[in-house]
Order: sequence, then structure tokens, then C-alpha cells
Amino acid sequence: MTTRIWAVLQQREGKLHRMGWEAIAAAQRLADELGGSAEAVLLGSEIGDLAREAAGHDLAAVRTADHPLLAGYTPGGYVATLAAAIGAERPDFVLFPHTYQSVEYVPRLAQAIGAALVPEAIGFERGEAGLVWRRPILTGKMQARVRTRGAGPVLVSLQSGAFSADSRRPGSAGVAPLPVELGAADLGREVLGVEQAGGDQVDLSKAEVIVAVGRGVGGADKLAPVQELAALLKAEIGASRPVIDAGWLPRDRQIGSSGQTVSPKLYLALGISGAIQHLVGMKGSTVVVAVNKDAGAPIFKVAHYGIVGDLHEVVPALTAAVRESRAAG
Amino acid sequence: MKIAVCIKQVPDTEARLRVAPDGRWIDEADVPFVINESDEYALEEGLKLAETTGGEVIAISLGPERVREALRKALALGASRAVLLANTAFRGGDALADGRALAAAIAREGCDLVLTGSQSDDQGFGATGTVVAGHLGWPHAWLVMGVEVEEGGASLQVTREMESGTNEIFRMALPAVLEIQAGINHPRYASLKGIMAAKKKEIAEPSPADLGLQESEVGAAAARLEVLSVGFPESAAAAQILEGDAVSAAKKLVGLLQGEARVI
Ligand SMILES: Cc1cc2nc3c(=O)[nH]c(=O)nc-3n(C[C@H](O)[C@H](O)[C@H](O)COP(=O)(O)OP(=O)(O)OC[C@H]3O[C@@H](n4cnc5c(N)ncnc54)[C@H](O)[C@@H]3O)c2cc1C
Repeated sequence: MTTRIWAVLQQREGKLHRMGWEAIAAAQRLADELGGSAEAVLLGSEIGDLAREAAGHDLAAVRTADHPLLAGYTPGGYVATLAAAIGAERPDFVLFPHTYQSVEYVPRLAQAIGAALVPEAIGFERGEAGLVWRRPILTGKMQARVRTRGAGPVLVSLQSGAFSADSRRPGSAGVAPLPVELGAADLGREVLGVEQAGGDQVDLSKAEVIVAVGRGVGGADKLAPVQELAALLKAEIGASRPVIDAGWLPRDRQIGSSGQTVSPKLYLALGISGAIQHLVGMKGSTVVVAVNKDAGAPIFKVAHYGIVGDLHEVVPALTAAVRESRAAG
Repeated sequence: MKIAVCIKQVPDTEARLRVAPDGRWIDEADVPFVINESDEYALEEGLKLAETTGGEVIAISLGPERVREALRKALALGASRAVLLANTAFRGGDALADGRALAAAIAREGCDLVLTGSQSDDQGFGATGTVVAGHLGWPHAWLVMGVEVEEGGASLQVTREMESGTNEIFRMALPAVLEIQAGINHPRYASLKGIMAAKKKEIAEPSPADLGLQESEVGAAAARLEVLSVGFPESAAAAQILEGDAVSAAKKLVGLLQGEARVI
């Protein structure tokens, strides 16, 4: 029996999420590795066009769960639909993009169908220990190699960027429906609306230089030297989430998966460890500079230049160095 | 409302991390442990809701004996009782095994609402609260940034964070499980009075059998995920590290940003 691998795509308001392409790439690679076949699965309402878009890949099929009650995402609707589909079709692996949507419902799906769950995988390899997944632990400072035990399907969510969408193979697949039986009582919530979180007064996406502070700055009362440096560089101030959560800066300064996405020419990260939720918001920056007292901080992996040291010493030194070089300039 | 808040104790984010001799987890000796960040916000939200609805908070944690300290803190902040799943049978679980154990402990308490953090800063599954909801058969939401009890007390209006700065708002029936995101509120500090009062509060320590579970249903015996090894990601530094004291490193950096990189 060949191994069957599903990649569950994500869509919203008529558009496929780009991480779905990464899931297809991962499914194709896993199918190559295990000698199996890859299929894509799409849930929604009136999703024929999206299914045809997905069908332009080297896949055994695109399976669609098309139902009016799937027009908007709800965890109940998605769990009920996929639990039935997986029960009927018995895929061995089901891959999901690791998004705010999938993290909410995939664990419940695993619990409901007795599947194993590998959250936020960043890669896999096959060796003596069988199929081994890698995933981040301790907010990305370390990684774990894990494998699953027991029978039944394995559900895996894939961290953003872990598999390159460019590596997916094009092709031409057929589209086939999955049966859906849903009632309004299955949804688990009644969606009332969508709002902007914490205002969007400041648009950081156009900034050329951003000076961003993390928890390492130590408090709102310690921001003045950072603000001085930012003013000198004509930079916008940005921040990691804990700085905002603590109330040291307003929410519209937050950079990352739940904040703004920026791509300045220069991104100065001060006392920021470099968790994935922060990195996704700033990795498009041309030049990244990190100042951190921990030489092992993950931020140094994405930075071009780094200073290992106390930002409270480095920041005034930077301000002085910029002034000095301009005076000499 | 009777509210269960699940908290986890995790290494402080500033902790120096080393791999344990068996290679399967970090060496916990000398590591300072704290309440997981989003769990602190969950606890605060629970205490607030208990105050406004005239209810109580029961703090629940799964972990070794050291976790008592975290539960004492929750009691000092205002939880009325605590439950610690420290029996060795509970050890080594994954989100599925731990979620089953926590759900059984919660079911025994007869709660109306369960709050958890959204993700732990150690394993980072982001899944345990969701599994709890599955076992209880209650609706759930992840990344909750706002909770209001609706009139009549039978439903909630919940604000949930979505990607890139938008929130979704929806109505959910009670009982429910909410996985709270950091930043939803401003956690309080413990008062001296609270700390004194906490010393007299009960921390129950049920075994799997007390919760109606077999030992094979919890902990490592039930885990579907097995950690083979942990380690630091290779090539920790891609960056060009500028050596020297702060002043000389800063000068070098400014020189490079003006010359080589041409960004200032
Ligand atoms: C669903 C979800 C969404 C999230 N969204 C976001 C988001 O949009 N944006 C975001 O940023 N995070 C987000 N997070 C949080 C993220 O996981 C991390 O917790 C966060 O990015 C860490 O922020 P930090 O680097 O400032 O703090 P920490 O990880 O605590 O790092 C602080 C760093 O400062 C260094 N430091 C301390 N003192 C000094 C000093 N004196 N000098 C120099 N360095 C020092 C330390 O070595 C450490 O590396 C999200 C999390 C979840 C679960």
C-alpha cells in the first residue's frame, strides 16, 4: 500500500494562503521519500476556482470540501469536516501550514480522531530511527528531534518558510469532492465581525530605517537613549511583542506575525531574541543589525552584523559614533 | 463562575540553557523557573472574571514538585485552590496526554470556564488547551485577546487575534475553553496579605486513579510524540560579529553601515 499524504491548504476570501504552497512542496518531498502520493485538500464554499489553481501541481488529486457552512473558518466546522474525510480516506500523513488558523483546530482534530500530532515542524529526515521531525523548542533557542508512536494518521503543521514554495513541482491534477455533512451546531461559534487590533496610526511598512527594541531594553524608563539614536538616524521605533504587552510602547509599534510586517533598508534589533513570530515580520529587511548580550540568541542567525553586549552601553556608543562620523564627514 | 486556569512552569527566558546528559531535554539544574508568560495573563483574566461574576479560580498544573512554587504564586494572586498533577505517571506526556489528564482534573471540579495560555515557552505545542476542550467536548478559542460574559451568563463574546494585526469577534456558548494570548490585560502583583493567605490554601495532588484514568492513558505511556534529542541549531551566528568593547564595536559598525552596507 502506498503512503498517502495530504496537504491541507488555507484560503480566505477567495485567496489561497501562500503557506499552502509550502505544504504542497513538503507533501511532494515526503511522498518522494516514502514512495507515496501527495494530494491537496481545500475547505470552503464555492472554491472551484481555487481548487483549479491548486490543481496546477504534481499531485494525485485535489480534494475539495465545499459547503455553505465552510464559507468562513470555524474550528468546529473544520474539525468535523476533516475528521470525517480522514476517517473515510485514511491518509497516513496530513500536513498543514502552521498558522493562527491551523494551530487553533488541528490539535482538536488530532484528539478527535486519535492521531499523533507534530506541531510546527521545520524539517524531516529518514534514518535508523525512522521518520524524524525537527521542531523548535524554548521559543526557537533550541530544536528537538521527535518521532511519532502508535498507529493511525500523523498530523503535522509546518513552520512558515521551513519548506520552500519554489521547490514544489507543477503538474496537472484532477479535482474531486469530499462529502461534507455539517449543521450550524457543529461550528462552535457565531462570528460577529472583524476589527483592527489596537489601531493602525503608524505605518511602519514604508520606513527606511527601524530601530526596534525587545524585552532586553528592560522598561519604558530606559527608552530615551534608544529614541535619541532613532531620531539621529531618522528612524521609526519598532518593538517585539513583550514590549507592547508590558505597555512600554503602543500596540501600533509591534513588529511580527501579530503586528506589522516591515522591510526597511536597515533594521536595528536591540535586546530582541529572534523568535519566529518576530522574524516573520522583519526578515525582508535589507540589512539587519542585532545587539544582544547573549551570543547564542537566534537573532544573530538572521542578522548581517552583530554586537554581543549590553545594549545600554552599545546604544549611546552608537549615537556617539554616528555623530562623530557625521562631524568628520 | 467557577474557573479553572491551567498554568505551566517553564524556564525563565533569560536562563542559560544546556543539554541534559541523556540528550533528550535541557539540564534543569540551576535553571530558574517561572510561570509561562501567556499563562500569567490567563490567570489574571480568570481572577478578573471571578471577581466580576462572583466566582472562584482553581489553578491547575501538570509537572514535577517544583511546580508547587508556581501554584503558590497563583494562590497568592487570588486563586482559591490548586491542583497539581505531579504523580510520576503524568511525566513525559505530549499535548495529547497532558490535555487528557488536565481535562480529567477539570471535569472533577465541575467548572464553567477553563482558561489556559496560548503556548508554552518550553515545548511550544500551542495545543494542550485545545486538547482539553476536545476531551471536555466544549467549544474553544485560541489566541484570545478579549472576553466578555454576555447577559444571562450563558455565553461569551470573545475577541481573537488573527494574523497581521486584525481581530475576529465571535460568540461562544458556556462552558468553554479559552486559550489566552499575552497582552490581553495587565497581570497584578501579589500582595503580602495574599502571600500569607496562600500558605493556608490547599494544593491537591490527585493520582491518575483519582481522576478515573489508567496510568497507560497519561504521561510518557500515552504520548504519541517521542523526543529523541534536543540541541542548539547549527550555525548559530550568520552575522559578522563586531568585536571589542561597546565603543570600538559601535565605531566599526557605523563604519560598515556607511561604507559597505551604505544604509545610513
Ligand atoms: C501566536 C503568537 C504571536 C506572536 N506574535 C508576535 C509578534 O507579532 N511580534 C513579536 O515580536 N513576538 C510575537 N510573539 C512572541 C514571541 O514568541 C516571543 O516571545 C517574542 O518575540 C520575544 O520578544 P523579545 O525577543 O523581545 O524577548 P525575549 O525572547 O525575552 O528576548 C530578550 C532578549 O534580550 C536580550 N537582552 C536582555 N538584556 C539585554 C541587554 N541589557 N542588552 C542586550 N541584550 C539584552 C536577551 O539576551 C534576549 O535575547 C508571538 C507569540 C505567539 C505565541
